[in-house]
Amino acid sequence: MEDVEETLRASLLLALAGDSQAYAAFLTQSGAHLRAYFRRRLVTSPNEVEDLVQETLLALHNRRHTYQTTQRLTPWLYAIARYKLVDLLRAQSPRRQREVALDDDEAAGELLAADASPAESRRDLLKLLDTLPDRHRLPIVLVKLEGRSVAEAAEATGMSEAAVKVGIHRGLKKLAAEASRRR
Amino acid sequence: MKTDALIAMLARGDSRVAPGAVDRRLGATVAAGLALALVAVLTLLGPRADIGAAARLPMFWAKLIVPFLVGALAFAAARRLASPGRRASAAAALAATLLAVVWALAAFDVASAPVAARGHLLLGNSAPQCVALIALLSLPTLAALFVTLRGLAPTRLPAAGAAAGALAGGIAAAAYALHCDEMTLPFVAVWYVLGMAVPAALGTLLAPRWLRWA
Repeated sequence: MEDVEETLRASLLLALAGDSQAYAAFLTQSGAHLRAYFRRRLVTSPNEVEDLVQETLLALHNRRHTYQTTQRLTPWLYAIARYKLVDLLRAQSPRRQREVALDDDEAAGELLAADASPAESRRDLLKLLDTLPDRHRLPIVLVKLEGRSVAEAAEATGMSEAAVKVGIHRGLKKLAAEASRRR
Repeated sequence: MKTDALIAMLARGDSRVAPGAVDRRLGATVAAGLALALVAVLTLLGPRADIGAAARLPMFWAKLIVPFLVGALAFAAARRLASPGRRASAAAALAATLLAVVWALAAFDVASAPVAARGHLLLGNSAPQCVALIALLSLPTLAALFVTLRGLAPTRLPAAGAAAGALAGGIAAAAYALHCDEMTLPFVAVWYVLGMAVPAALGTLLAPRWLRWA
């Protein structure tokens, strides 16, 4: 438990300081814990698990600035996971939402299980990306998918570098909102 | 899409975040809200006519300190509740203690006054406009705090809404105190507190719908 806290925390702190390898490691390890967490709670709808893992990873990315360095990392992670789970169950039925509301804080104290067998999600976030307007979609495709620099993306699209950065930032938030809306 | 592909996509490029984003954003919103409330009070309502003389009396400062403490505790709560996985129990307990102390001191004032003077001590001359103006002055800050909080990640929505409301109320009440010429603690204990309670209740009620983020 403490090991998990320390490893995850160390890699997120490195990531927030600009280490993208540490960031990939953080997201991969978080994904494994999230998968185990959701699998245990979505026994009757196992095919929702990977969708929710991906949605939560996107939320971790979009909300990474809310991790305050004085707080413990695992409660932060699980509070986001639980928020996403309640969101899903609320969309499915009001009765199931109450079932989850009962076990409010259990996750923070539970022994962290991990499941590192990533599957493919049912919903394709890449298809959802196509629904975004160009000013959001193009920066994400060029920088985040094709790995080009912000300067190259600005050159290719005729946007300013600042607009490319804003486009990535807003676009990923919009992608999260669309994913949660279209459930 | 494979989850590994999503992770590779998210991790690619610059993911740096300067530390202290929560405090910076909330702080900027509070500064703007306070500036707006002060300008509104000083231009639309005007400072009380005797503000120079009144500033030498302790009661003038007591009327500012109560909203200031409410606002400070609400800020402490809001900055914790803006991050997932944190509670604000200590700030809530301190706020309850503050209220209890203010009410106890006010009750002592009322009890030690002659019976004939008690009504005026509690009601003053401006109770209705005090509550209405504090509540009204708090609304722009409350709206701005909701926008800021939605860009952060509150997961206990009613609590975060209550903290935002109390913070907006504290700012509004502190600004309003520059206009208001009531000079008794019982008046503050009842009507200022009620004025701040309105946005706090409003924030609590609106939060489940308006603080949701995806």
